[in-house]
Amino acid sequence: MKPAAFDYYRPTTRREAIEQLVERGEDARIIAGGQSLMAVLNMRLSQPRVLIDISAVDELRYIERRDGYLAVGAATTQAELAEYAVLADEVPLLEQMLPWIGHFQTRNRGTVCGSIAHADPSAELPLCLATLGGEVVLETKRGKPRRVTGDDFFQGVLTTARRPHELITEVRFPLSKAGHRYRFQEVAMRHGDFAIVALAVDIGETEYRLGVGGVADRPVVRRIPRDVDLDDALNTLAWSLEAQDDIHASATYRRHLVREMGRRLMTEEIVQEETTDVRPAR
Amino acid sequence: MNSATLLHHQQPHSYVGKRQPRVEDEALLRGLGRYADDLAVPPGTLHAAVVRSPHAHARIQRVVIEAALQIPGVRGVLTGEDVKRWAAPFPVGVRQPMEHWCLAVDKVRYVGEPVAVIIAEDRYLAEDALDAVEIEYDVLGVSIDPEMATNDDASVLHEAVGSNVVNDRYFNYGDADTAFEQAAHRLSLKVRYPRSACTPIECYVVLGQYDPAEGGYDVMANFQGPYAIHSVMARALQVPANRLRLRTPPDSGGSFGIKQGVFPYVVMMGLAARKVGAPVKWVEDRLEHLQGASSATNRVTTIEAAFASDGRVSALRFDQLDDCGAYLRAPEPATTYRMHGNLTGAYDIHHLQVRNRIVMTNKMPTGLNRGFGGPQVYFALERLMQRIAVTLDLDPLDVIRRNLVPTEAFPYRCAAGALLDSGDYRRGIELGVEQGGLEELRQRRESARREGRHYGIGYTVAVEPSISNMGYITMAQMPEERRRAGPKNGAVSTATISVDPLGSVSVHVSSTPQGQGHRTVAAQVVADVLGISLESIRVDVELDTGKDAWSIASGNYSSRFAGAVAGAVHNAALKIRARLDAIAAQQWQVSVEDIRFGEGRIYTADGVHATSFQRLAGATHWAPGTLPEGETGGLRETAFWTPAELTAPDDDERINSSLCYGFIFDYCGVELDSLTGRVTIDRYVTLHDAGRMLNPQLVDGQVRGAFAQAVGAALYEAFHYNEDGSFASGTLADYLIPTTVEVPDPTILHMETPSPFTPLGAKGVGEGNNMSTPVCIANAVADALGDAVEPGAIELPLTPSKVRMLMGIEEPPRPEGVAEESAQASTGGGSKLSASDSVEIPASPQHVFESILDPDTLKAMIPGCHSLELTGDNTYRADVTVGVGMIRARFDARVELTELEPPHSLRLSGAGKSGMGDAAGAAKIRFSEIEGGKTRLDYDYEVTVGGKIASVGGRMLSSASKMLIGQIFSRLSQRLSGSTSKGSLWQRLRALTGKRGGDQ
Repeated sequence: MKPAAFDYYRPTTRREAIEQLVERGEDARIIAGGQSLMAVLNMRLSQPRVLIDISAVDELRYIERRDGYLAVGAATTQAELAEYAVLADEVPLLEQMLPWIGHFQTRNRGTVCGSIAHADPSAELPLCLATLGGEVVLETKRGKPRRVTGDDFFQGVLTTARRPHELITEVRFPLSKAGHRYRFQEVAMRHGDFAIVALAVDIGETEYRLGVGGVADRPVVRRIPRDVDLDDALNTLAWSLEAQDDIHASATYRRHLVREMGRRLMTEEIVQEETTDVRPAR
Repeated sequence: MNSATLLHHQQPHSYVGKRQPRVEDEALLRGLGRYADDLAVPPGTLHAAVVRSPHAHARIQRVVIEAALQIPGVRGVLTGEDVKRWAAPFPVGVRQPMEHWCLAVDKVRYVGEPVAVIIAEDRYLAEDALDAVEIEYDVLGVSIDPEMATNDDASVLHEAVGSNVVNDRYFNYGDADTAFEQAAHRLSLKVRYPRSACTPIECYVVLGQYDPAEGGYDVMANFQGPYAIHSVMARALQVPANRLRLRTPPDSGGSFGIKQGVFPYVVMMGLAARKVGAPVKWVEDRLEHLQGASSATNRVTTIEAAFASDGRVSALRFDQLDDCGAYLRAPEPATTYRMHGNLTGAYDIHHLQVRNRIVMTNKMPTGLNRGFGGPQVYFALERLMQRIAVTLDLDPLDVIRRNLVPTEAFPYRCAAGALLDSGDYRRGIELGVEQGGLEELRQRRESARREGRHYGIGYTVAVEPSISNMGYITMAQMPEERRRAGPKNGAVSTATISVDPLGSVSVHVSSTPQGQGHRTVAAQVVADVLGISLESIRVDVELDTGKDAWSIASGNYSSRFAGAVAGAVHNAALKIRARLDAIAAQQWQVSVEDIRFGEGRIYTADGVHATSFQRLAGATHWAPGTLPEGETGGLRETAFWTPAELTAPDDDERINSSLCYGFIFDYCGVELDSLTGRVTIDRYVTLHDAGRMLNPQLVDGQVRGAFAQAVGAALYEAFHYNEDGSFASGTLADYLIPTTVEVPDPTILHMETPSPFTPLGAKGVGEGNNMSTPVCIANAVADALGDAVEPGAIELPLTPSKVRMLMGIEEPPRPEGVAEESAQASTGGGSKLSASDSVEIPASPQHVFESILDPDTLKAMIPGCHSLELTGDNTYRADVTVGVGMIRARFDARVELTELEPPHSLRLSGAGKSGMGDAAGAAKIRFSEIEGGKTRLDYDYEVTVGGKIASVGGRMLSSASKMLIGQIFSRLSQRLSGSTSKGSLWQRLRALTGKRGGDQ
């Protein structure tokens, strides 16, 4: 379990990172926290010729509130986002969801944008981005940065709308809306495991936006008016996801969770269940 | 000697029996442990990577290594041909024509089986060459399910045997048939115990060296014993045992049995060193470990009881089918016979019938694993006892109580021959009930149930065998075969103590500890006998078969340390003490009985004479001329100890399979989450009688460790194989070990009934909860689920999905119109995927059909196709890079178009191999004309994926395959129309056209 040989670059500016990416194109992989990529490299499921490590690009390490968004730069770790003091006010869904991502050790290295770039269908951050209707900002050498909504960005298992010469420089999570409530719930085998089903919901005055992770090949978001029969709507959603049996859970079980956990979450019968997350001592 | 006699001249200051912190811990906690991979290697050491089979069953046609040898840094490749030249197959525990070599020589029989070894200047370079070894396989049918493997039409792993059942034995004790005829009730239960393993942090490490001058091998490996396997390795290497020097490292990163399974690699790396004329080091990685190290034996048991209306059981029948995987690797089928003498558990049951069959399947070979045979037996027996109680509407604890071996019956001879050495089971139950708070637990169940919650209580009693009789393994043979081969029995343990010229004491034990704290306990024992401080004693636990005292029973298994090894240490210390007694008595002209040892001094009881331990012991080196006659000088004693009770199996097939039998009484309360089905352990109480406790802190540690692993076996862990034999649990995200937050803190209770058969009265305690806890949790879950659930459906691991399905999911039907357009995928959660889909293409069926036959179009259809070369009629060889997100592999593939029925249908198939595994797929394509002269193309496809990608990527295979297949047809459409067509399907597929990546 040793990676194949690769060249390693560690740019310190955004411009440098993009230039290297444009120059090496499909031969290159961006690495930030390496929490998914290192395992893939070690198993030789990927053998890129070049790694461009953006973790030293300080100008991509930020959390900023602007234009109705919370913007998170590409070098920002999940732990840094979790420690952002007013996260619970600005993007409460993120605040609820972050403890479910892996473990504090992995969050210390794993980046917010890296998880979104990887597009694991069970990952929490893509689910939140899609549910909230956030955006991914992609930059390349020439032209204006491209902005892609979460819905369009996630295109299938590990597959996104990013083009080979584009660097994800930022993701933008919409700030919480007045009168809306946000809920997150997940079922995984153990704390920190890939979600069997993860649900995120934005409860508005007239509609729910419900996002489902862990079932289809990407996060799936449905807008459900508050006046429809919720059970019917959830059953339709559950069947539409084409759930599969795997070694940990059956398709029937996944549909059951979408229906039952979805209803309880949307009607707020359950609020955030305590996670068993272990946090570092301060 | 028992605990009453050993202390006759012991001082009040005593280490044994105290909660003594471990002498090992400081180094380990400070990161100063010396593990196998940390140790310095000789200059010029090369590194190995193992080429492994991606197939579960295949004949090896050819192994071509030339390309691998061309890779810079590669120094050699060891293949089956070398192994056949220099080595022999491993001896097998049953008389059958089956061969197991350290590298596959003719066939591979499980995914991950070693086929060749690359030896290079470092591990990276060695892995670079893995894909360059070209192996041609002729893939064969597989046998995966143990019951199906016994069928006449099953694919046979070892053809010369003629069947996958390699051993079938029947035992009859007492008169079970009559007991069954006369019983008021009979109940039968069929259960399946899955495959799991206790997973250490440290995987296998081997450093092999070969000395061509002596023709001998010198291997350092983190092998844990039993050293009977040293003989197996020496025979395979075709050298006398003194030409295989096997050494172990000072510290272990855990084993729990599995480090026994390193032995084929000891032979392999010895041969690799011989091949390249240099030392060769190999460190197993996690994927290698999970797919190829070893596993516990999975078992299918049908158990039947004859019993009276009060629950008293008169007879038992066991039908056990043990799946030992692809090879019967030493010491298997020991899993089957380790519990044989005590199959009746903690119960007084006189009539017993047993049928044991060993079956071979295309899975990794089984071996030592903490609990070894116990979890499988108790899962059947204790589930049955629970069922008896439910059937009779009795309290399960009453049924248990009525069947216990009576206190006055010890030592008690079980039906199959175990001699239960000591115990007071009834008192154990009462202590556990009182001190563990059973009454409160029952109230919690009652109030939970009143609120409509799913709460259950489970019980288990078990005897925990320790100190295996080396003769039990011969139970797999017929009595006449045993007679011919000569008796095998006993359990020799060894310890050596030496006192150096400065009077400090060195102890050596051949117990190869794997983290248990043997150094601490051995020092406690010696300190008490010699009256010296713990700090003045150093215990060495490295074992060097070239220099140290050892025997076949040496090593770390069957919880033998406390009873056997600590006993040998005690005996060796007594030998040292006897010599010092005699020296002091002569010097002071007093009687030996008056000599006392304590606080680092040797003195007379009346206080008249005294000297330091150091001075008197030192005299054996400095002034041997002053010693009494017959005293030879120097001070080093080795004690060998074997218990008389461990006799060979008798002609009536009775076997005292272990020396000691501890007692365990467990109960727990669990709650099932009504939404998720998750099992939460509310309270777990575990009472142990392990005889005399030498260090209660370490006893608690053993209980906690075994309990944690048992929670894993009960709720999380299982090695999953797909129907085609591909392995689906290749990462620790698939094979789920509980972490500290998943393991509740058990309530641990103790009682002490010393063993009359061990020098210190101690019994083993290392494996009990591995045996008792999985079934205790299962019984509690059964209680919570209630009677509606079929008892045999309660299978481990009890995952949320499985439990919630058992609770019943009333599923509303699929609404009309939902997902009608979508692919209908059906998978068994495995590597074989089949689905259907369709596309519309803006061209006539004839045109579409002909286009597919055109090589240029075909090349354009296949995503990532670098070249397509015609090799026959509509047959091509293709060089294809397949990518999903960051995952990418280059396949050497064969593409074929068959079943051509222009312009209606054809079959497109492809198969290829890459460094990350094999893939094969076929699509039946039908063309039909639809409005506007367009074509509707319907396809049914099937994809099979094997090798590494199936082992580590199972979670995403289905989606990924669907996406890749979809790409083929979207590219076809794009080529024929120059643009995408309309329709919701295209909106989905739109995403799949053009370039993208998913990696950052």
